[in-house]
Amino acid sequence: MTAASTAPAPAPAPATARAPRRTALLPTAALLLGALYCLLPVAWVVVASTKSGRELFSTFTFLPGTGFAENLADLSAYRDGVYWQWMANSALYAGLGALLSTAVSALAGYALAVYRFRGREAVFNVLLTGVLMPPVILAVPQYLLLAEVNLTDTHLSVLLPSVLSPYGVYLARIYASAAVPADVVEAGRTDGSGEWRIFRSLALPMMLPGLVTVFLFQFVAIWNNFLLPYIMLGDDEKFPVTLGLFTLLQQGSSTPALYTLVIAGALLAVLPLIALFLVVQRFWSLDLLSGAVKS
Amino acid sequence: MTPVTPVTRTAPSAEPAGGARPLPLGGAGSRPGRRGARGRGARRAPYLFLLPAAVLFLLFFALPVGYALHLSLRRVEVEGLGLGEGARREVWAGLSNYTDALTDPELAAGALRVLGYGLIVVPVMLGLALVFALMLDADRVRGRSFTRLAIFLPYAVPGVIAALLWGFLYLPDVSPFHFVLGELGLPAPDLLDGGALYAALANIAVWGGTGFNMIVIYTALRAIPAEVYEAARLDGCSQLQIALRIKIPMVAPSLVLTFFFSVIATLQVFSEPTTLKPLTNSVPTTWSPLMKVYEDAFVRGDIHSAAATAVVVAAVTLVLSFGFLRIANSRTRQGDSR
Repeated sequence: MTAASTAPAPAPAPATARAPRRTALLPTAALLLGALYCLLPVAWVVVASTKSGRELFSTFTFLPGTGFAENLADLSAYRDGVYWQWMANSALYAGLGALLSTAVSALAGYALAVYRFRGREAVFNVLLTGVLMPPVILAVPQYLLLAEVNLTDTHLSVLLPSVLSPYGVYLARIYASAAVPADVVEAGRTDGSGEWRIFRSLALPMMLPGLVTVFLFQFVAIWNNFLLPYIMLGDDEKFPVTLGLFTLLQQGSSTPALYTLVIAGALLAVLPLIALFLVVQRFWSLDLLSGAVKS
Repeated sequence: MTPVTPVTRTAPSAEPAGGARPLPLGGAGSRPGRRGARGRGARRAPYLFLLPAAVLFLLFFALPVGYALHLSLRRVEVEGLGLGEGARREVWAGLSNYTDALTDPELAAGALRVLGYGLIVVPVMLGLALVFALMLDADRVRGRSFTRLAIFLPYAVPGVIAALLWGFLYLPDVSPFHFVLGELGLPAPDLLDGGALYAALANIAVWGGTGFNMIVIYTALRAIPAEVYEAARLDGCSQLQIALRIKIPMVAPSLVLTFFFSVIATLQVFSEPTTLKPLTNSVPTTWSPLMKVYEDAFVRGDIHSAAATAVVVAAVTLVLSFGFLRIANSRTRQGDSR
């Protein structure tokens, strides 16, 4: 992707031929400034997590401190390691939720892309209104309804409402209609395969790159979600890390000693997602976002 | 390629109204004699594949929306002191919750605050995203993959944690800005109060959202075939002219898409102001309409007026969305006919 544009094309156009092979300063500088702005808070949290409580408020912002190990130990010791419970909860909500979400999206997207049946467009349009539905109009009644069946303040209360992602269905449909050719499905039928088998062994592998994208979107969406767990959960043993850090910060306004824990916790909470991004960058097809799929 | 109009983009099915057809798209030329038992399976299959999504949709989308509408039309009537069994009962309230919500000065103030906030966030974020995308797409740029990744990185940071990080950077005792201003002997503004609070909150959203929007626009830029530029280059157009006259018009659909998503996200701002609240006294609990819904439902325990407010926020979002889609559609159509 980048290689094509960094090397000046050996085009015969006279303008290109005259252009010297030097760096375009203005765009490069602008991009570096943008990168600096985006990395600033991340750099800060890395530095600040090394500061002890006293250093945090007395030394220059970007001067490293001496308390990193101590902060980590304090964080792990806080309320018998509840922080690690929060991380595990976040991993559970985001991991399992995104996995189920991808499965549901794959099935629905495939059905909407490959079959023609009565009500297909209606089903699709109704699902899409879900994208526009603000989470707040859902979350409050979801809480009250789950309270009716005694499911609030459980892991399920955060997990279940996260499984259906209208956006995931939309992406899976776009991807399936581009990646699964009709004649492959037809050939499967001619071979005598059942519909489920065609989906499992023919269509699913073809849809896989798109499904990785759906999984990642949903993983990030659930990991970053705050409103739903904030409304659903009361017991902090079940909190995801976002909510846990928020409650720590809230207590920090009366006991500033907790601020160093909040900062160390924020650093550790950000690292897994950044690592995930760096690892899966190449599989992650953002083209899907704009609805553009190369056929 | 016209992602803005997902609802209308799929051509109306030209199928005869004959119910489920077992054949996939474009299966017109296939053998009709092969149906029979297999045909019945294929006819049922799409409904079975859709079943999990449909059940979840009913339980977690349709039912809650219906329940919210129901709640918004009722209220609790308290008899006497409101003590004892049966002293509180739910009665029909008509539209009174809605008139209360719409005339509530707190909600109006919250809406105004979000409007002011949105007027900063959306133009700045999308402007930066477009500029960065164009720069990434410009010739002879160094460090492309590093800067692209760095600017996209905040997308991986949850809103709560982003607000927390920036919140600390705004605190006078911690902030590098205050440090530098102090060294220079200049008075430092309180970033968490008054008008600066809007900028402070907007900055968090801009920081978190620019990279994502940049990638969407950049992806669209990469999809423009190189030949398009050739003619412009031969005509002696500068890079800037190419950007303004060719690139921006060609990525208009993704600009519309990013604008649309940004406006929706702005209307629903919740976690950032909620997170900043412990750090300052100037964020009231009803800063944004969503925070007011939360406050009404869970702090004041008035789920009925909370439901009405939530329905109002949702209605505004839907009206804006559909109005916007309509305008975008007619614009693109005009563009096509030209």
